[in-house]
Amino acid sequence: MGIFLKSLNEMHQMLVNREISSLELTKAYLKSIHNKEPQINAFISINDEFALKKAVEIDGKISSGEEIGVLAGIPMALKDNMCTEGINTTCGSKMLENFNPPYNATVTQRLYEQGAVLVGKLNMDEFAMGSSTENSGFFTTKNPWNKERVPGGSSGGSAASVAGGEVPYSLGSDTGGSIRQPAGFCGVVGLKPTYGAVSRYGLVAFASSLDQIGPLTRDVRDNAEVLNAIAGYDSKDSTSIYFDKPNYTQFLQNDVKGLKIGVPEEFFAQGLDPDVEKIIKKAIKTLEELGAEVGTCSLPHMEYAMPTYYIIAPAECSSNLARYDGVSYGLRNPAEDMIEMYKKTRAAGFGQEVKRRIMLGTYALSSGYYDAYYLNAQKVRTLIKQDFDKVFEKFDVLVSPTTPNIAYKFGDKSDPISMYLGDVYTIPVNLAGLPGISIPAGFVDGMPVGLQLISKHFNEGILYKTAYTFEQNTDFHKSCTGLLEEV
Amino acid sequence: MCYSDRYEMVCGVEVHVEMATKTKIFCGCSTEFGGEQNTHVCPVCLGLPGVLPVLNKEVVNLAIKAGLALNCDIAEFSKFDRKNYYYPDLPKNYQTSQFDLPICKKGWLEINVDGEKRIIGITRAHMEEDAGKLVHSGATITTSDHSFVDYNRTGVPLLEIVSEPDMRSEDEVIAYLEQLVQIIDYCGISDCKMEQGSVRFDVNLSLRPIGSKELGTRTETKNLNSFTSVRHCMEYELERQADCLDDGEKIIQETRTWDEGKGITLSLRSKEEAHDYRYFPEPDLLPIVIDREWVENIRKTLPELPAQKRSRLVDLGLSEYDADVIISSKQMVKYFDEANEYFDDIKILANWITGDLSGFLKSSSIGFEKCPISPKQLAGLLILLKKGDISGKIAKQVMEEMYNTSKDAEIIVKEKGLVQISDEGAINGIIEGIIMANPKSVEDFNAGKEKAIGFLVGQVMKATKGQANPGLVNKLLKEQLSK
Repeated sequence: MGIFLKSLNEMHQMLVNREISSLELTKAYLKSIHNKEPQINAFISINDEFALKKAVEIDGKISSGEEIGVLAGIPMALKDNMCTEGINTTCGSKMLENFNPPYNATVTQRLYEQGAVLVGKLNMDEFAMGSSTENSGFFTTKNPWNKERVPGGSSGGSAASVAGGEVPYSLGSDTGGSIRQPAGFCGVVGLKPTYGAVSRYGLVAFASSLDQIGPLTRDVRDNAEVLNAIAGYDSKDSTSIYFDKPNYTQFLQNDVKGLKIGVPEEFFAQGLDPDVEKIIKKAIKTLEELGAEVGTCSLPHMEYAMPTYYIIAPAECSSNLARYDGVSYGLRNPAEDMIEMYKKTRAAGFGQEVKRRIMLGTYALSSGYYDAYYLNAQKVRTLIKQDFDKVFEKFDVLVSPTTPNIAYKFGDKSDPISMYLGDVYTIPVNLAGLPGISIPAGFVDGMPVGLQLISKHFNEGILYKTAYTFEQNTDFHKSCTGLLEEV
Repeated sequence: MCYSDRYEMVCGVEVHVEMATKTKIFCGCSTEFGGEQNTHVCPVCLGLPGVLPVLNKEVVNLAIKAGLALNCDIAEFSKFDRKNYYYPDLPKNYQTSQFDLPICKKGWLEINVDGEKRIIGITRAHMEEDAGKLVHSGATITTSDHSFVDYNRTGVPLLEIVSEPDMRSEDEVIAYLEQLVQIIDYCGISDCKMEQGSVRFDVNLSLRPIGSKELGTRTETKNLNSFTSVRHCMEYELERQADCLDDGEKIIQETRTWDEGKGITLSLRSKEEAHDYRYFPEPDLLPIVIDREWVENIRKTLPELPAQKRSRLVDLGLSEYDADVIISSKQMVKYFDEANEYFDDIKILANWITGDLSGFLKSSSIGFEKCPISPKQLAGLLILLKKGDISGKIAKQVMEEMYNTSKDAEIIVKEKGLVQISDEGAINGIIEGIIMANPKSVEDFNAGKEKAIGFLVGQVMKATKGQANPGLVNKLLKEQLSK
């Protein structure tokens, strides 16, 4: 079996048993990246030298008999909105094209401490705004399953790099579906943890009350291993929550007997592709056959999730992105006076979608409109949370499609509203701060379909258990074998 | 012509106080004033992409303390908000501040102007971060070819204290500000170094015809940094507004700035140009929940406030004037209290502290905190004086010596042989000589000229270089002369 099919645990064992060195493993992955990048374009930057140095360091530890963690010596890549000291962090934007952070994000730091080998930074929709990675300020990333189709977004590079066998795992960030949707489109496992479970320190903010970092992996076990490394309270993030962090691999049990699964009827309404619906219904049937108790339920305020999100997220973004003004870092387009410099810099540095959201958010917060928009949106957000609370009194897990459609072709969703609607099943989860996972559940027209599982706050364990059981009794997660072949 | 014969002024002030924490409000950087430009900075206070604020709890403690000292309600639930506006001294282009739920509300201060007491309402006090400092190549940002930004001050914690529009004269405004700054200083909320910009004032002023109940249109003059500037600015602005009203013009609601050099206020921006700050709750920080226990614990740390101290000193027998002089400076009060522990005659103590010692300090331009004579040493000197070991005149000499050498009074007195001569035998010996040498004066005294004794006492004092106990000399001389 080729190295690119190995799980994190298998690679770890090979390293420990000295069947392979970290240097060899890293070189193999770097070679894979260099060979595949012309077709996939998942990476904004590739850091061969940095990665090889790190690999040698880990090899040193192994040969000196030091105990190493599961992720040590294994390559990985980060979405380019997570700060990496000394390595450019562009956020997919011309504005930060040459921004070299003087500090590491907490997730970066935690992975480094585990001995993870960073090979590069991944493409994304500019400032994580978009659902196809077409809004990247640099280039588009291709879906490894079909190069004419988008990989999803905004963590398109994170999903495509894993699906294409360029890295065994990556981190993405999810504000309204930006991990789960590309995971669904690329046939990989993507988890958005509970808001507050993973530190946001060093994640370049899009919408602070919604952003959350999570892992994208080829299977559920790998996902739990990566979450083990990055989750947990961080004193640098005031919104991170102190909780008793479990070892997430303990939930990897092939057992859903008696598990109460809710099917929210609002997630199977108008707009859902009938072929996708068939796959999801089949997946639900599978879980039922494995012993889960399935029932329908209702989340009555879901129809307001989309407009609520498109007030809160742009409002926060309009403020978060105000700092990109050309004064002390990032792009600066000189002008006669300061105001003109601001204008020229921001006009040139930001793309269409970012500008659109800054304008939406500025408007929503403006004097005279605040109560009508932002304040009402916050109230509806509370109602949406309450909908979930109520449903979780009866059910352990909710299931839905990750997206209403499979990955579309480039340019197909040039109208922003139609692109926004693709996140209709993922957005409510962010508004409520809940954990959600997307796992491969089948294919339509040769493209992967994602199954979304949602649970209560800090119940990532039950998501892993359900996902693992589904995975153990299906073969969809192994379907990307062809894409992972050695090069 | 003074405005006050036609109009009544209405004034409210906002006071920005830099809080005396060691580190900044949302990061661990030093708050120390000065330092090489851009050295007290980190990714957080520079607002780099991806950073998050973490609230310094000491800021909350100080805000609660200030609130209690200013008779405010401390909010059980308060939060931070973002105030959005673009300016290059503000690295995130929003200021993390408090909008609708400030930590302190509904306070008051009592002021005393010419013996008349008035209560001035305090609307609110809230926490926020300070901005950086712009260094322009020209006079202002618009006329400069280029400007530099120093972010050392960015993120220094501020408390903004907003008064009600309760003040009706310049004297009331100054009395309120002096009292407020004194309390902030006493409680250690701020070092109150005005010359370093630790305290800044925004003055809201309007006029209305005498007798009118309606408020006139106001102007806000920002960023005044001394009581003198506040007074001069008010004097100018009130006359300007009065002239406008006299001419039938309308006052424009606007923000103005004080030109210290020219002594005038200038328009900065009108109401129409005013920023829409687009306040919204800061999503990177949790709301601040303050329970009663927290408040009560802070209350225990409150020192005796100036007004309390003043009435206590007056009760102990000090004149109101002396009490006012002593409480006017936190350092002087501290010095007074420490000396008082060793010397309990507060009238003598107050005289020497507000008199000679203040004079010495003033002439060498240093404060009581750096006084070369420690409070204990001063007490030592005054004990010698009260016991009669030295005379008042000698005490002044000794104090000067102490001031210059920091030596104890006893040592100086011993070294220089300044101990008062109270030995009757020794004094009588000297008196005998003086009587022999001055028969004329003795004659005068015996002839009933009481005043002649004064001359003789002077001669004895002269002969003892001032060391003889003057009372004793007087007594013994009389005895000898009446023999």
